Amino acid sequence: MILDEGRVTEHKKSMESYLAPLVREIAPSGIRKFFDLVSANKDIITLGVGEPDFVTPWHVREACVYSLERGRTGYTSNAGMPELREAIGRYLEESFQVKYEPLKQILVTVGGSEAIDLALRALIVPGDEILIPEPCYISYSPITAIGGGVPIGIETTSENGFKLTAEALEAKITPKSKVLILCYPSNPTGAIMTYEDWLPIAKVVEKHDLIVISDEIYAELTYGEKHVSFASIPGMKDRTVLVSGFSKAFAMTGWRMGYACAHEDLIAAMLKIHQYTVMCAPVMGQVAALEALTTNGLEEKDRMMESYNQRRRLVVQGLRDIGLDCHEPQGAFYAFPSIQSTGLSSDDFAQRLLVEAKVAAVPGNVFGLGGDGFLRCSYATSVAQLTEALDRIGRFVEKLKKG
Amino acid sequence: MKELNDLKMKVLDLLKEDARRSPSLLATLLGVSEDEVTTAIAELESDHVIVKYSAVVNWSKIEDEKVTALIEVQITPERGRGFEGIAERIYLYPQVKSVYLMSGAYDLLVEVEGHNLREVANFVSEKLSPIESVLSTKTNFILKKYKQDGIILEDHEEDTRLMISP
Repeated sequence: MILDEGRVTEHKKSMESYLAPLVREIAPSGIRKFFDLVSANKDIITLGVGEPDFVTPWHVREACVYSLERGRTGYTSNAGMPELREAIGRYLEESFQVKYEPLKQILVTVGGSEAIDLALRALIVPGDEILIPEPCYISYSPITAIGGGVPIGIETTSENGFKLTAEALEAKITPKSKVLILCYPSNPTGAIMTYEDWLPIAKVVEKHDLIVISDEIYAELTYGEKHVSFASIPGMKDRTVLVSGFSKAFAMTGWRMGYACAHEDLIAAMLKIHQYTVMCAPVMGQVAALEALTTNGLEEKDRMMESYNQRRRLVVQGLRDIGLDCHEPQGAFYAFPSIQSTGLSSDDFAQRLLVEAKVAAVPGNVFGLGGDGFLRCSYATSVAQLTEALDRIGRFVEKLKKG
Repeated sequence: MKELNDLKMKVLDLLKEDARRSPSLLATLLGVSEDEVTTAIAELESDHVIVKYSAVVNWSKIEDEKVTALIEVQITPERGRGFEGIAERIYLYPQVKSVYLMSGAYDLLVEVEGHNLREVANFVSEKLSPIESVLSTKTNFILKKYKQDGIILEDHEEDTRLMISP
């Protein structure tokens, strides 16, 4: 009995208290909070989706089905199937003029997210400062913290079209600065960086001996200006971990297929963590990814691009007609209009838009510094839905003006 | 045959998806002026590149179901006119929905629509077969249409994406 009692008291200790402080302290994602709100509502048009509205092209799905029928269900080599790494190498060289040694410098990962995590874990010494231009994708800061690093946000602004400037970067550099995480084309702002934009950044990186993790998952989605990989800037390749994947350009989000390319010593270090944690990326996804790169997948990609570009014009024009300031997004599939003229915070605007106008969009503040006062509107949704959403936003903003 | 410019090709693609899109919507989507779109459409229409705007109907959704047959027709070409004259004699019937000249085991593929089997059978025996140069016919009834002109007719899977994702 006494023993039993002892057990009972032990169980009263909260599970929370077992958790590692590092993990306990991570704030739940603002997007998650908003997601719960949205899911409770009906008849909503959502501009909140951060993934393509295309289904993976049939020939890619079919290649996976065929390989399953053939019984291709085992592990692959830790770094990924050699033929897939070769194909990624060829693709990067042809499309973005960066050349990697496929078998030594390319690692296939479970989504681009794993690649970023691996790179950070391989590089961070506790206390290292990781520089992150914001507003940005919501994962960088939490996974930096989990890895023992200190995330340092760098605010980018609409005045500069949300581009990173050398001055803003330099202002945040300390002796502890080690890594700069870049994500252009940008989620959520749609900003891109041109060759001329990159040059001064590269100078600062060189001067302060930084390593760059360049998340180029939206590389294929630019409108007008072709994407310039940071790794292609002279002198930057060996300092850069190029992270990308199949999710956005090939409409393959759920497959979780990503990759990292870097100096072979860094890839070898990342591979150590990768092999002990996930062993290898799923073989089904790798087979599909290979198909996407080798059999007219690039043609499908161009068709999708044209369609995004049309919808981009529709949404940007529509938001401006409503009277919301909207800088020209040149990449990804997001518009990032300012809602400051309404006098509301992003959170209030997004919540009222959801409840009163039945349109879901993500409040800019969840993306970090410089995000408040903006709204992320994904245009990866049908023209009919976008038209209706713009109508609803228009009526809502009109109503706000009348007070 | 003409080679169409880029704008016209894009206008065609967008109208193929939805013919009711307005010139102003097309202009916004394509990043050009409304005038350019209106002119492009007018030219496409006068050149008979755009022949007609019609609704794609899924007849199986309504009570008044129709039967459709694809009829393979073998014919003897006429001296001097080849297949043209005989094709015309066939396509002028209102119940004939389409006529194609084919390579392979037969010459014309004729799509015929009727209210029931007998109506189509009567058309074949009374109108089509008696035409002098028709050597033989083979009637194939369509049991179900899954996809037509690139459009999937069945109610297709809904958007299964999460409403909000990072």
